[in-house]
Amino acid sequence: MRPKTQKLVITFHTTAAAMAMEKLCHEQGLPGRLIPVPRELTADCRMAWCAPTDAAPQLRALADAQALEYEGWQELLV
Amino acid sequence: MIYLDNAATTLRKPQPVIDAVVSAMTTLGNSARGTHDGSLSASRIIYGAREKLAAFFHCPRPDHVVFTCNSTEALNIAICGLLNPGDHVISTDLEHNSVLRPLYRLEAERSVSLSFVPADRQGRIDYGDFERLIRPETRAIVCTHASNLTGNAVDIGRVGAIAHAHGLKLIVDASQTAGVLPIDMAAQHIDLLCFTGHKSLMGPQGTGGLCLGENVALRPWKVGGTGVQTYSRFQPEQLPTCLEAGTLNGHGIAGLSAALDYLNGVGLDVIREREERLMRRFYAGVTAIPGVTVFGDFEAPRTAVVTLNIRDYDSGEVADALSQDYGIATRPGAHCAPRMHRALGTERQGAVRFSFGWFNTEDEVDTAIRAVKELAE
Repeated sequence: MRPKTQKLVITFHTTAAAMAMEKLCHEQGLPGRLIPVPRELTADCRMAWCAPTDAAPQLRALADAQALEYEGWQELLV
Repeated sequence: MIYLDNAATTLRKPQPVIDAVVSAMTTLGNSARGTHDGSLSASRIIYGAREKLAAFFHCPRPDHVVFTCNSTEALNIAICGLLNPGDHVISTDLEHNSVLRPLYRLEAERSVSLSFVPADRQGRIDYGDFERLIRPETRAIVCTHASNLTGNAVDIGRVGAIAHAHGLKLIVDASQTAGVLPIDMAAQHIDLLCFTGHKSLMGPQGTGGLCLGENVALRPWKVGGTGVQTYSRFQPEQLPTCLEAGTLNGHGIAGLSAALDYLNGVGLDVIREREERLMRRFYAGVTAIPGVTVFGDFEAPRTAVVTLNIRDYDSGEVADALSQDYGIATRPGAHCAPRMHRALGTERQGAVRFSFGWFNTEDEVDTAIRAVKELAE
């Protein structure tokens, strides 16, 4: 398997919210991509936004500015 | 074939709609079922369609756009999800069975009581009746934006103002108007907007939706797989997922998304003016023919529908003659609008509906006028 590195992982209640995050990040040129939610967070099958940890301030600002609804916001080895 | 049954479905679709469906059928996986390219492509197209529809109808948020397979499903979700035992609902004689049957079922099974704003012999309503029918237990008004039989449009903003002045929710059936008449959920005080994709929106059959305003909570009508919150025993609470279960019609929604681009590119005003011109041309041509009775109010806003009867002829026979002898497709019979036919006095004869669309031509209209004239002789 690929070596794990510390990443920022943002989870959402719905796919629509995840897609909104992806679209806004692409529009704003912010890093990251959608991944399956790591099992450390939930055994669910939903998707999460995974990004470098140093992008957290920009992503947080974007989420707040756009009133994006997310479930969780955490850093872990992915 | 001269296709004049656009109120049933727009048979001819813009080429970009067809291209989008074909492309989707060769590239899309299942939305919300993973993060591989196929699934994400579907999720992106579906989310993009939510954004376009929210903008098109002035729905407050993209995630308040719930996809269904047609207006009927959207109306069932709205009506059954909102109303509780003991509630009273006001509707109208103009409604299609997609509104009436869910209401009648709740009347029988959930002790919901119903009142209907009556229509006169031209299919017109008195807006004062909405206020007169309100009771303390009234919960909602369910109203079509335009009759599928007469084409008479309802001033939905006026109905919405009445509803909100009395704390009622307004559910609108936009089956006949989405894509041709302007719809602004905020300005028209619409709480729940039900639409289909395959009529004036010119998208594929099997597409439609429900747009929710702010502060509208519905019980899920169907529950099941959502791609999220798998280990919960219950349907997720968040929109749009709480009202969507099972695989969405990604291929169809891709076509609907392309249809919205097409409509926005041409312009709603341009489409409406063309359809109105064709409808008025036909009306002017048939209204003076002896033996022809035209139904509806042509002095007020309306859709591109002209419904008529020839003498006392069975409407089915007329439509069959139009089809077999002239190659003209129309819709006879009762049009799933029982109360409207009773109001018009056409319950036994039915009526022949000519409905015009963006792709019809003046020549087709003139051919239809000549056909009606010959059948009436």
